[in-house]
Amino acid sequence: MTTNHILTVENLSTRFQTPDGEVEAVNNVNFHIDPGETLGVVGESGSGKTQIFLSLMGLLAKNGTSTGSVRYKDKEILNLRPRELNKIRGVSMSMIFQDPMTSLNPYLKISRQMTEVLVEHRGMSEAEALKRAIAMLDRVGIPGAAQRVHMYPHEFSGGMRQRVMIAMALLCDPEVLIADEPTTALDVTVQAQILDLLRDLQTDFNTATVMITHDLGVVAGLCDRVMVMYGGRVVETGTVRDIFYDSHHPYTEGLLKSMPRIDRANEDNMFAIPGQPPNLQNLPTGCAYQERCGYVMDRCCQERPLLKDFGDGRASACFREDGQ
Amino acid sequence: MTVMTTAPDKRDNAPILSVRDLKVHFPIPGKGLFAKDRPLKAVDGVDFDLYPGETLGVVGESGCGKSTLGRAILQLIAPSGGQVAWLGKNIVGIPHRDMQPLRRDLQIIFQDPLASLNPRMTIGEIIAEPLVTHKPELGKDEIKTRVKRMMARVGLLPQMINRYPHEFSGGQCQRIGIARAMILEPKLIVCDEPVSALDVSIQAQIVNLLQELQREFDLSLIFISHDLSIVRHICHRIMVLYLGNVMELADRDSIYANPKHPYTKALISAVPIPDPEIERNKERIVLTGDLPSPLSPPSGCVFRTRCPFAQEKCATDVPTIDRVSETQEVACHFHNSI
Repeated sequence: MTTNHILTVENLSTRFQTPDGEVEAVNNVNFHIDPGETLGVVGESGSGKTQIFLSLMGLLAKNGTSTGSVRYKDKEILNLRPRELNKIRGVSMSMIFQDPMTSLNPYLKISRQMTEVLVEHRGMSEAEALKRAIAMLDRVGIPGAAQRVHMYPHEFSGGMRQRVMIAMALLCDPEVLIADEPTTALDVTVQAQILDLLRDLQTDFNTATVMITHDLGVVAGLCDRVMVMYGGRVVETGTVRDIFYDSHHPYTEGLLKSMPRIDRANEDNMFAIPGQPPNLQNLPTGCAYQERCGYVMDRCCQERPLLKDFGDGRASACFREDGQ
Repeated sequence: MTVMTTAPDKRDNAPILSVRDLKVHFPIPGKGLFAKDRPLKAVDGVDFDLYPGETLGVVGESGCGKSTLGRAILQLIAPSGGQVAWLGKNIVGIPHRDMQPLRRDLQIIFQDPLASLNPRMTIGEIIAEPLVTHKPELGKDEIKTRVKRMMARVGLLPQMINRYPHEFSGGQCQRIGIARAMILEPKLIVCDEPVSALDVSIQAQIVNLLQELQREFDLSLIFISHDLSIVRHICHRIMVLYLGNVMELADRDSIYANPKHPYTKALISAVPIPDPEIERNKERIVLTGDLPSPLSPPSGCVFRTRCPFAQEKCATDVPTIDRVSETQEVACHFHNSI
């Protein structure tokens, strides 16, 4: 089977052993990413959207285990030993996180944190690595990069720190960039700058990007394809147009309707999805969304709808697709 | 349905709250042994009126002073200058024992719903606490009845009264915070980013609850938020703050349809719209850089260092607040030409 997918994920499941029993955070997830493409991964907290990517980067908490298959190009990378995985992560696949302050080491200067990767993975000398680090900081729009590279993380503002994180992730020209809520902690004007930056970088480097977010506005502006998660499973996938203009799954529909919009004066109550996000420890039999769904039928409470493929990457997990 | 979103007819009523030239300056120790303290001007001269049943949105980026303003209004932070008139009477600097009875009418809800609840108290105790403090004459049974009634009103099951905060989800914790604020039936609630920590599907539930309570109890709300989409939905009037200064204050329809201040324009245009066609084709005003340090704010107009339209005058003259219409005020030298 030859494809040009840069990353292929098949039947990925991730479980955590907890004192209260086993929790299935990710359940049988399948997707792929092509070069230059941006995949949006949308869902509420606890939907499993971050755990998918922590699993494939080998960054799961100690009590977590993953099964299934994750291939980077043709190489199986799921559950690789750290030494093997380190040849790929940080080099061909990088990840940036929501909170840039907690993901940078406060004791080390930016220069040290950035050059380490290059010396380690690319065999550069310290001087070469520093030059490259400065060039990259410059590329992500940090003014006075040559001086600021010698500063500590706390000397940067939130937006600047996130730029440092992005620069760091891009140092080794990764083919896959995984961005986990990269702008959630930032102000809107700074968020706009960072999103522009990600868009530019993608054009320049043809990086495949995964955008994990709960903000459908960010998805609308940046993503080519979208994967919607609920209760640890994929409930809908499609192109960004499919999802926004012709969503099939009731959860996607509810999510879109409950987003307040700055371009509309809504005179009525806001549309709200009733109830709470599901408790993964205690999922109901049948569809995880049944308690909050406006279209719920008897069947939804007895069996779980499977993700039904409509071709062209379009799929939805709802019995309404069967024509009842 | 325009009942709740059109601002209540203001001219019929006196304002419930009048804030004049409110300042909060924090002294920051200077560098060096004999250096003087430097003032950090978190809020630097804010004026507005709030009417009964009205929601005023306070928006701006982190560090603009919006939370400090909310706390200074409630005298949770002592203002350094200016006046806060509650029902016509100034409350800045009044003694604690005079302030205490007023707190019945002045409540607050916080951003982080779990962190603002004492983990060692049951939610029944948490919600009852304001009653115990302000109405000591009430008996135990009466308190319990009122707590249960309020729990039901905010969408919590009354049988959960003996549970602890950690047993609840974020959205439910925010309902507990709202019940605690509402139990004394206050006249004003300062909502400090009440939905920012919640999932999208839960945000709408909480916003709807606040609006229902507002209608039912004729509440005035000060809604502090960085989310301009939510603010558009819930607020009658909106104040835009930047480095502790008011940039623009206008009723909702004017500010979104016709923002006058370049900062307001930039803020509105930076908010992503969940519609791919619109989002990818909209016009944007891109701001460069970050918020300057409030310890050394720019001279003249504080916004000028990031303003795409800044001219020489902006560096020398502080813009005054101009009333451009009945419902819109803006602090910009060039609001007519940009």
